[in-house]
Amino acid sequence: MVIDCEEVWREVSNYLEGESGPAMCAAIEDHLRGCKRCVAVVNGTRNIIRLYGEERIMEVRAGYSERLRHRLETSLPLRRGTLFGWMVAFAAAAMLLVAFEIGSSSAFTRPYLRSAHAQPAARAIPADLAVVVTDEAKIFHLPGCGVIHHRSTERTLTAAEAEREGYVPCVRCLRKYVNVTRSSYGTGAAGLPGDVPSNAPAQVLLFSHQ
Amino acid sequence: MVSAEARSVDSRAEQLNEEILIRRVREGEHELFYELVRPYERRIYAAALAILRNPSDAEDAAQDAVLKAFKNLRQFRAEARFSTWLIQITVNEARMRRRKDQTAMVDPIVESQDREGNYTPRDFADWREIPSETLERKEIREALARAVASLGEIYRDVFVLRDIEHLSIEETAKALGISTANVKTRLLRARLMLRDLLAPGLGGSWANKLSFAKGNKPW
Repeated sequence: MVIDCEEVWREVSNYLEGESGPAMCAAIEDHLRGCKRCVAVVNGTRNIIRLYGEERIMEVRAGYSERLRHRLETSLPLRRGTLFGWMVAFAAAAMLLVAFEIGSSSAFTRPYLRSAHAQPAARAIPADLAVVVTDEAKIFHLPGCGVIHHRSTERTLTAAEAEREGYVPCVRCLRKYVNVTRSSYGTGAAGLPGDVPSNAPAQVLLFSHQ
Repeated sequence: MVSAEARSVDSRAEQLNEEILIRRVREGEHELFYELVRPYERRIYAAALAILRNPSDAEDAAQDAVLKAFKNLRQFRAEARFSTWLIQITVNEARMRRRKDQTAMVDPIVESQDREGNYTPRDFADWREIPSETLERKEIREALARAVASLGEIYRDVFVLRDIEHLSIEETAKALGISTANVKTRLLRARLMLRDLLAPGLGGSWANKLSFAKGNKPW
């Protein structure tokens, strides 16, 4: 196949990209052997492709990368939580809510004790304190207490023994060991049982033996 | 000399790294998006500059294109290369800006170049091979940029995508919404026109001013 210059120029792009068929390639190469003008066109076009294919031919403005990065940093939305992250946060919130509900539940508070005798001591009654009890009531007293009745049945025990038998301290003679605070009434100092209304919530201070 | 096999392995590693980055950005690690774009930031700027011919506009277009890429990252499909996808977005952004800017402005050389008939070379200077270090010279880089900027836009767009950004013929056709036959025709003309513009200078001495630098166009 014999081709002229115009056909070479029409085909030069395909030829340089390797897209010309074998017959066309052979024809072009045959033509180039005798045509300096077409050699100049082919070589020049090859140089164009090679030169512009170099990444460094395009100069980038100074500071371009920094400005692009800054634009991204200021324009992109903040980190979005993942599904797992949201699930963890939700579970934590639910646990807090449950803990609060449990903490404020009446099932975990001591009920208000109506009887003054049932109120615990403000401070510990010495375990070996000598006390007396009678058959009249399940109350133990200091010896000589003015409200002891049925003295004929009086027995002397230690405070620890009396409590083990179910006796509670007398609010007269053992007042300093008996205390009922009324946290919800604020101003009330530790008072006597009579100071506390029957429906008042009480904060019970547990007593124990030293 | 790096073997083709080694280059292939590197390329695959880069692609895997890219896939991981894309997944992590999609999952919320937005700060990693710059790492995804960084290898191509120069190329997207070059594409925008070649189309818009103005460094400031090119930078704005490149930045907007990157943000659009981020917003549309979920639409990116792995069958395409991320670089190709990013460059296509950049080219679309730059062409859209150019259309806006051209509402009252007509490119004086577009009309004469839009005839897609056969192109006849005008200059047959013997263009010897250029040593690679020639590109280190600023005046040569500027001459190359001026030459491509002087092309009519239909040729410039094809040349930028194919010869500067290395998209395939098919990818170029898809990005520009034209047939592959049109891509080949325009590409041939663009290359021949650039050869005509640059051969006198590169074939001779760069100490002499280039013919097109004086405003002389060989077509």
